[in-house]
Amino acid sequence: MATVTGAAPQPGLRQLIGRAVPYLLLAPGIAWLILFYAIPSLQMFLYSVSTGSLEEGFVLSFTPDAYVKGITQFRTQFGNSLLYGGTATVLTIIIGFPVAYTIAFRGGRYRNLILFMVIAPFFTSFLIRTISWKILLGDEGPLLGPLKHTIGILPGTFTLTGTPVAVVAGLTYNFLPFMILPLYVALEKIDVRLIEAAQDLYATRWGAFRRVTLPLALPGVFAGSILVAIPAMGDFVNAELLGSPQTRMIGNVIQNRFLIQNDYPVAAALSFILMFGILAAVTIYARFLGTERLTG
Amino acid sequence: MASAATSTSRGRPEGSLGDRIGRRVGHLALPVFTSLAIFYLLIPIIVMIVFSFNKPSGKFNYTWNEFSIDGWLHPLDWPGLPESLLASLGVALLATVIATALGTLIGLALTRYAFRGRGLLNGVIFLPMATPELVLGASLLTLFVATALPPLRGNVPTLYPTGFSTILIAHVMFNISYVVVTVKARLAGFDRRLEEAAMDLGANEWVTFWKVTFPLILPGVVAAALLAFALSIDDFIITSFVSGTQNTFPIWVYSIIRNALPVQINVIGSIIFLVAVGYVSLTTIRSAHAQR
Repeated sequence: MATVTGAAPQPGLRQLIGRAVPYLLLAPGIAWLILFYAIPSLQMFLYSVSTGSLEEGFVLSFTPDAYVKGITQFRTQFGNSLLYGGTATVLTIIIGFPVAYTIAFRGGRYRNLILFMVIAPFFTSFLIRTISWKILLGDEGPLLGPLKHTIGILPGTFTLTGTPVAVVAGLTYNFLPFMILPLYVALEKIDVRLIEAAQDLYATRWGAFRRVTLPLALPGVFAGSILVAIPAMGDFVNAELLGSPQTRMIGNVIQNRFLIQNDYPVAAALSFILMFGILAAVTIYARFLGTERLTG
Repeated sequence: MASAATSTSRGRPEGSLGDRIGRRVGHLALPVFTSLAIFYLLIPIIVMIVFSFNKPSGKFNYTWNEFSIDGWLHPLDWPGLPESLLASLGVALLATVIATALGTLIGLALTRYAFRGRGLLNGVIFLPMATPELVLGASLLTLFVATALPPLRGNVPTLYPTGFSTILIAHVMFNISYVVVTVKARLAGFDRRLEEAAMDLGANEWVTFWKVTFPLILPGVVAAALLAFALSIDDFIITSFVSGTQNTFPIWVYSIIRNALPVQINVIGSIIFLVAVGYVSLTTIRSAHAQR
């Protein structure tokens, strides 16, 4: 073993090198992460407690001005992020659970093919997929066009693009595979004999599902929710391409403040509120689902 | 397993009426629902491919006009498109090589050595993955663009000019964690006795690594590299913060769609999709053959 944990009386050169090996392996990658992840994060924090502008220079004043301004001014956009991201997460659970269940328990020899189709969207660009949704939901697009003119159940003025429905549809679509995959992994691990045992003990199918399958799948629901909610709540592309100025999410504000208005303090404060909001939500959610006890 | 389940349920006394109806509906409903969900996942891809054969009436390829293969005959025929594709490929290749090397080393250290702070690092390594992309991009921007904060106070508009190199730095940064996690998953089932056997047979550590360890972890490293490449070539959010005036393919698409939606976007998207699907199909077939 290259590692030396006990205290050797006189460590030779070889042992010293051996002890240094893990640190040497870590050094370049960790240095990169410190330089380009940790330091920028710290700098963001410093900006968030600063005042001033890019032209006049920022002053590190350690005041919460930017946070106060961010919360009071952009309540609507925070609400939108929470609402759209939350709705999309719930929808991915509702759509994804039956799909993952079918693949895990009923997939048979088509299992890999269905899984392949679930990840197929990853084989094309995120932006192009969203543009495809814009085509699809367009006023005269493949979906609304026939409904308006050929079938005629919708009035000619009916529109989807620019509405919250379109934004949520896009978010749900873009992040659905991130829900299905962890759900599938969790369900696939379940020992079928446990479900059979419940049924042998006269549990109804629903009872066995609710008391056995569902609790065992909860870690998957948890992992999937995190994988969907974090990018969905921080997203600005769907709201930009499929929405309207009324459907702006907090991501749109942050992007705009950073890239166009150069208002770094407020943008940085908003980023931190978003990040800690997500962190708090995840913690509460973990308590609520009792995942620690389950995965324990 | 499935047949075992059916035989047991047959042996059991029939449930209530509601139970039986539930079973009947369940048997039909699940496959139907799954097919619809898969259709939902595939329809934007179908739209993308179908509309790559459109001849849009105006500048925007949003509504179907008439069939044409113009886009496929001239897939690069739009100002700025070839350059942005080249930049995307360049960034993705370089970022993949660097991130895979750095991430694999961290993965090796985390799984094969005991050292101080290992537990902490095992958790901390997930942080970049858990941070919203928007925040990653924005904080890197504050590093590159400068910074009138002390000690750098002054009229320094840009500390480090944003462009190709800053995109590369950002892509390596967000890829490292994904590489570490993928390589670690492969190393988890690693049998250390194989290395010990090689050493017992007189191989030194260097030879052991290249002759025994590396071939065994290679599939994990390749998987990590493919993941890094895919993440890098598709990244838009982080890149949009640090790209400056340098275009990558997603950045170019985003900037052009305000004024036009050229059919070439659909063509390139379709080509990327077909290449990826082709690659996965080929490797699947090959591994199926190898197993036989």
